[in-house]
Parts: sequence; C-alpha cells; structure tokens
Amino acid sequence: MSARTDTNAGGGWLGLYVLGYLVFLYLPVLLIPLFSFNNSIQAAFPLQGFTLDWYRTLYGNPALSGALANSLIIGVIAALGATLCGITISYMDLYGRSPLAATISAIARLPILIPGVIVGISLLILVNLIGLGPSRISIVLGHMLVALPTTVVVMRSRFAAIPKTIREAALDLGASDWTTFRRVMLPLSAPAVLSAFMLSFLISFDEFIVVFFLAGTEPTLPLYIWSQLRFPRSLPTVMALGTVILTISFIIAGTAEILRHRGLGAARHNPA
Amino acid sequence: MGSSMSSTIVATRPLPENRISPVFRFAMLLPGGLVTFFLILFALGLVVFLAFRGNDGSLLGVGLTAENFLTVATDPLYWTVTLRSLVIAGLVTLATVVTAYPVAYYLAFHAGRRRNLLLFLVTLPFWTSYLLRVFAWKIVLAYNGVLNSAFIESGLWKEPTLAFLNTPAAVVVTLAHAYAPFAILPIYVALDTIPKSLLEAASDLGARPFTSFRRVVLPNSMPGVLAAALVVFVPTVGDYVTPAMVGGPASTMIGTLIQSQFGKANDWPFGAALSVCVMLVILCVVLLGRGADRRFGSRI
Repeated sequence: MSARTDTNAGGGWLGLYVLGYLVFLYLPVLLIPLFSFNNSIQAAFPLQGFTLDWYRTLYGNPALSGALANSLIIGVIAALGATLCGITISYMDLYGRSPLAATISAIARLPILIPGVIVGISLLILVNLIGLGPSRISIVLGHMLVALPTTVVVMRSRFAAIPKTIREAALDLGASDWTTFRRVMLPLSAPAVLSAFMLSFLISFDEFIVVFFLAGTEPTLPLYIWSQLRFPRSLPTVMALGTVILTISFIIAGTAEILRHRGLGAARHNPA
Repeated sequence: MGSSMSSTIVATRPLPENRISPVFRFAMLLPGGLVTFFLILFALGLVVFLAFRGNDGSLLGVGLTAENFLTVATDPLYWTVTLRSLVIAGLVTLATVVTAYPVAYYLAFHAGRRRNLLLFLVTLPFWTSYLLRVFAWKIVLAYNGVLNSAFIESGLWKEPTLAFLNTPAAVVVTLAHAYAPFAILPIYVALDTIPKSLLEAASDLGARPFTSFRRVVLPNSMPGVLAAALVVFVPTVGDYVTPAMVGGPASTMIGTLIQSQFGKANDWPFGAALSVCVMLVILCVVLLGRGADRRFGSRI
C-alpha cells in the first residue's frame, strides 16, 4: 500500500480540490468560535471587536449547569451500556459460532438504516408502555441504541485484528472461555474499548434528534441550546457554549482516534 | 507480520472450537440480546402495531383499522411532502457522493504519508454536534447574517437579501454539509481494497488513465458509492431539525410531519403510520441499491 505515493500530475489538482473541500467542511463550523468572541449580538461582518463577555454569561446559569450535568451523567451511563453491548455482541459474533449471535450483531447495526425520528418515536412509545415515560433513563436507553452501531463496528474490527492463534493458544492451554475473554482478549483490545467508550459518550453528548422525544423535565445540553435558539438575544451565549462543546468534541474524538490504532502492533509482535 | 508468530504457536490437533460453556454463552449474549430484541425489534413492532390502530387519545389507540394508511394514500398533502423529502434527500445524496468521490480517490491513491491525517480531518466533523453544524448555517444564511453582511461589506450588494434562508435550497446545502463526512469513508474503503494488480494490468494492456478509471476503478468502487449513498440518504430523508432551522414552511419534510404527530397534532397512530411508510420507502431504496450493486458493481 505504501507504494501508492503521489506519482502522476493529476494528484496536484486533486490535492487542491481536497484542500477546498476541507475548507468547505470546516469554515461554517469555525464561524461559531469566531463570532463567540465578537462584541455584537449579530453574527455579521464587520467584526465589532474582541470580548469574553459571552463566555462570562455561561457562568452562574443554573439552567445551563443543570443541562450540562444531565448530559454528562447520561453520556457516561449510555456510553458504558453501549460499550458493554458492543464488546459482547461483536465477541460472540466472531467467536460464538451461533446463528443467534450473528442475528443479534446484525440487528445491532440496524439503527443505521432507521432515521433518527423513527428511533425516537419507537422508543417514546416503548418507554410510555413500560411506565418509564420521558425521563433520563429513557434518554440513556435511546442513546445506547444510537451509539450501538459505532461500538459494535469499533470492537468487531479490533477483535478481528487480533490473530486467531492467540485465543486458540489460551484455550488450548486450558483457560476457560471466561478467563480467555477477560485475561487475553479484553486486555489486548483495551485501547479500542476506551475508544468505543469515548466515541459513544460523544454521540450521546451531542445527540439531539432522538433525545428531543425522550426528555422529560430535565433537558440535556443540545436541548438547552435548542430552547435558546428562539431568543435572538441569547445567540452569542449559544455560540460561546457551542465553542466550548466543539472544543471538547475535537479533543475527545482526537484521543479516541489515536487510541483506536494504538497497541495493535504490540498484539502482533509479542506472542507473550 | 503475524506469520512468523503463528508458525510457532499453531497447534496440530483439532482446535477447540465448539466447547463454549452455556453459562458463558448466556452471559455474553444477554446484554446485546436484551437491547436488540427489546429496544430495537420490539419497539419497531410497536410502531407497526400502532399504525393499524385508531386514535382515541390513549397510548396504544383503539380497534384495528387501515384508515391511517388510507389517509396517507389519498391526501395529496402527504404525497407532496413525501415527494419533496425524496427530492431533497436525493439531491443531498447526489451532491454528497459526487463531491466526496474525488476526496476518497485522493485519499486512496495520492495521499501518501498524509493519508492518516487527512482521514482524521475529514471524519472529525462527524463527531461534532449535528445541531451546532446546522446552527452554523443558520447564522451564515440569515438576513442579517454572515453571507449577506460579507457581500455588503465587500461592496458586491447594497441590500441584504432574504433569498438564502427559509428555502428548500438552504435545506439541501445544510444537509449536504452536515452529512458530508458520512460519504467519504465507504468510498475510500472500496477504492483502497481494489487490487493494485488490476490497475497495472489495465495500463499494461494499453488503457489510458481515464479509460482505466472508467472501466476498472469506477465499477469496482460502486459498492462503496452505494453504501455511501445509503448512509447519507437514510438520515436525511427523515430529518426534521434542518427544515425547522433553515427551511421555512416551504420545506416541510416527512420527518417534520411525524414529529408533529407526536407533539402538537397528538395523533400517535397516524404518526406511526407515516413512520411505517418512511421505513417502506427506505426498504425500497435499499432493494434498488442491492439490485444496482448486482448489476453494476460486480466484483472480480
């Protein structure tokens, strides 16, 4: 693969196109931090001067800190659930040798083919039926579903990248299924587990389409932002908050990306 | 790399494949089984069930009726909105896939050492808030927003224009931007797995670069293109956030109607029937894609 380097002249124009594409991808998003430091209620040119006032309005806002706390709690619990399901589903899909495990794995990736609005209303009907109603637990269930395809894909590709012989050696040497899973396969996939956890936390933390249907009286951060968008005066505050959220997302996603590729070399080179 | 190691470890006797203990199997299948069968299949089953009920204000409706579907089929409003959703989602899918293809092509064949960094950069927006990405377009397109003020500032226009916001075109642009990262990865994976020997064979046999692209690269990447089209089409066809934020009343989509049945309109069975229709439409698109894959995307 490394032989495929930039060899023909067409690559130059294509490179320029890719650069333009990246600008298109990032420019609108980067306007949010730009105007969050602008000393004006309007998000318009020319810029009016630098200010940190909009960030100051984020402090001491009980509705905002309540929404933040909700988002963090829901994100961590939903990510734990989605990661646990992703680990077990993909492990059994690869090594369980049962049609049931394969079926579960296929259904777990089904939410990709269902628009968020339908995931939202199906869960709304379900949680009302079992008596939970719109609540934080319902949001956790919804976010586990939304994050599930991601954790299954991340964990499945990691388990598949571990040489089969390592698991077979453990079983041959008398380790039980449980020991093999816990002492061999799980430690070898630890970076991917952490990556799956962080990505599913991020999915939950940023999710809006499903949570819209499942939230009761305690909104999450995206719902709080949505409620503020009706008021033109609060737009700069939303942009300051958006900047904080974007920064956190970039950091978590970057770390998860690094983790996802780390440690595979060790698994391949050191049989011990 | 793994071969040197496996030669020392591989056992000569039959491998212990089928001795998974029932307790381990049960414990490992339990969490995934609960989530998939209860939260996904059972919940979707409830939607289908509710679609055939009448609305009496109760949670699960009353009776057994096909009236909801008759309304959807006979009221031109739902045909208009469904058609509009299909056109908007179709345009978004087309725009996203066509613009993403060259990027995926560059990543697969020209990126060299920059490949991992570029892959990271194009997937990063995928992990940022969808709501914020849509909101960014609202401030770009607004009457007193970024685009208008930038044009006036640069002297191109004298008056701000209302022509950007609250149009179906705004919905298409915003959605195409929001789902752009979805399309690159599947196409890149398809391009990257084309055996290099195929390209060498094509050029050895005298194919010029464009011919080799049209006859070898493009057909072989079709599965990735179709996968990309699907992962963009599905979320956009049911979207209700973008039409609400930048679309205005002329851009009401089918997701907006579903959402309002579970909100203001408060007719859950009818909303469930609309959802079933959307799932049927998606099923048709998936089957069409499968057919197209078999027809054009034949792998060697």
